[in-house]
Amino acid sequence: MIRDLLSITQLSAEDVTRILDTADSFREVGTRVIKKVPALRGRTVVNLFYENSTRTRISFELAAKRLSADVINFSTSGSSVSKGESLKDTALTLQAMGADAIVIRHSSSGAPYTLSRWVDARVLNAGDGTHEHPTQALLDLYTIREHFPSFEGLKVAIVGDVRHSRVARSGVLALTKMGADVTLVGPPTLIPPEAPSWGAEVSYELDPVLPKLDVCYMLRVQRERQRQQFFPTVREYSQRYGLSAERVAALPDVALIMHPGPMNRGVEIASDVADLPRSLIVDQVTNGIAVRMALLYLIIGVEGEQKEAS
Amino acid sequence: MAKILFRGGRVVDPASGLDGPADVLVADTLVEEVGPELSPSGAEVVDCDGLVVAPGLVDLHTHLREPGREDAETIETGSRAAALGGYTAVVAMPNTDPVADQLAVVLEVAARGEKAGMVEVIPASAITKGLEGESLVEMGELAAAGVRLFTDDHRSVQSARTMRLALEYAKAFDVVICQHAQDDTLAEEAQMHEGHYSALLGLRGFPREGEEVTVARDILLARLTGGRLHVTHTSSAGSVELIRRARAEGVRVTADATPHHLALTDEALVTYDTRFKVNPPIRSEEDRDGLRQGLADGTIDAVATDHAPHAVEDKEVEFDHARPGTTGLETALAVVVTELVEPGLLDLPSAIRAMSTEPARMLGLHEQGGPLEPGQAANLVVFDPAEAWTVGERPFATKGRNSAFLGHSLRGRVRHTLLRGAFTVREGEAAG
Repeated sequence: MIRDLLSITQLSAEDVTRILDTADSFREVGTRVIKKVPALRGRTVVNLFYENSTRTRISFELAAKRLSADVINFSTSGSSVSKGESLKDTALTLQAMGADAIVIRHSSSGAPYTLSRWVDARVLNAGDGTHEHPTQALLDLYTIREHFPSFEGLKVAIVGDVRHSRVARSGVLALTKMGADVTLVGPPTLIPPEAPSWGAEVSYELDPVLPKLDVCYMLRVQRERQRQQFFPTVREYSQRYGLSAERVAALPDVALIMHPGPMNRGVEIASDVADLPRSLIVDQVTNGIAVRMALLYLIIGVEGEQKEAS
Repeated sequence: MAKILFRGGRVVDPASGLDGPADVLVADTLVEEVGPELSPSGAEVVDCDGLVVAPGLVDLHTHLREPGREDAETIETGSRAAALGGYTAVVAMPNTDPVADQLAVVLEVAARGEKAGMVEVIPASAITKGLEGESLVEMGELAAAGVRLFTDDHRSVQSARTMRLALEYAKAFDVVICQHAQDDTLAEEAQMHEGHYSALLGLRGFPREGEEVTVARDILLARLTGGRLHVTHTSSAGSVELIRRARAEGVRVTADATPHHLALTDEALVTYDTRFKVNPPIRSEEDRDGLRQGLADGTIDAVATDHAPHAVEDKEVEFDHARPGTTGLETALAVVVTELVEPGLLDLPSAIRAMSTEPARMLGLHEQGGPLEPGQAANLVVFDPAEAWTVGERPFATKGRNSAFLGHSLRGRVRHTLLRGAFTVREGEAAG
């Protein structure tokens, strides 16, 4: 396996399959009364969160704890520059404390790369700026795989602020790597013109794309982008790109609806749509723990140790 | 009177058109004679077999950081780096603290340069007070004190009116208005060139058009006013084309490009290494090739380093927090030799022209840039164009550790540098 998980671009299709297969074996742990296996006993995982993200941090924390690792949460709001210790000094401190893995969430694109140059601990990217969120992409693939036999030829639309979305970037790279046909949908101001080089199609209209989809993946739209004039008003955005009940009716019956959360109900997704049985938003959360267990296990698990805990 | 005879080298002197084997005899501070087989009578003989003898290099764009950020560089350490790189004159950028926008600061920088004694330090002045882009500095007084180039550098002059007035007013002194061309509204929070790699890396991009709109505007203002515009560290192929057309129309515009823009592309940023974060950003292969073509056909007059040393803690941070800039004085000549001369994109006389003759002429520096003729100041560089070295294998003289060329294997090594007849570098070692 890879040393650090910094970007989906580091993974081969075989790596992805191995991660998902490993996650399968951990999925069951979460259904037990005693949700714990000893795979990472004695290993130390640090959650280094420079950005508030309760759901991602809890997901990683639960994943590490279910593998019996010791978990340290190190959260700091605001950038390392504006206050307190620099990233480098924090890295050296964690290194000195013997961390085996550092899970980092940071508002700066590339911060996990920078961190990995300073520590021997393995680095897992839990979302960096507007770059990538590779564990989100892997849990999304896992969730899709529960419903479709293969990614090959699967029609997926990723709708919204692709330009600023780390979820979209990792998602496109992972889905196209596995053979899915991805269409990026959003206003031209929020789709980088270079996106076709990621192997994706681009559409500025949502409606013509809907009837052929297997998965409709909605991205969170930050109101901040409207203030920056990437689109004129939230109202117009919602009218053009929001997933309403009428638009859901245009989807094939088998099509799934996904969203990385947290949702802006009524903006990119209508409230009643979010609560439909075909919306997998809650499954994504559950699967996130299993996929993160798999990654931690594959990256810092001791060679030769049995992964089956039962 | 001390005499030094540089014997048996290839003398490359674009100002006189000389390119061939010749001896150069220096007496005291001046060139006494240039010609074949000169008599060494009483002179120290320096064997230059296999070496190139050229007028000392002149850098149009150096950040010496003093006053204000002496932890990043001082006039002394920057001058030493310049001499080791073969330079005998550097233009010190005005974005110091305090800003070089008034006589006292400019005179102090020149005096400290003189005291360091390694290179002629020619202070540039800001165009506007405090680099604020609003009121013009006292250009007349500053020009009289020897300032030849005015620039707000990284603070590109945004107001067309201010730029127009600067170009117009400067005509009285025949000085250069030098612009870091950037439309600030297109460069907000930009971290790198906007293109394939910025999209992939999730870093905010600065499109090449954000430079070109300002170059185009400034060219029109130079045409309007008849002032002398210099576009520094040109980064886009489109800017080169705009400058090429303007010159064909007779507009007074000159330009320089840096070794890093001529040698590297934005692919270098894929690991988020902050050494490659520079402003303007390193752009695409197409832009790099356009710059090379511009340098080869003379549209780009000069190679300037934009030597920008930074304290380690200003670079060893998250990419978007890092200061932009790379050091360059100690690597520029070797990068030009390795990346442009060796592959045949530029002949050696053209390289010397761009690194010495043209910048000296542009600034009206009569003691710099040749010609190597009797009576001229003895400002020389002697270098081995074939000697291979690896950047970083020897300690840098600059305080900056942020070289974009760290680890690069280059050819071209400065052997001696002579400032007004005195060795500032001898056998590759800085004097003093």
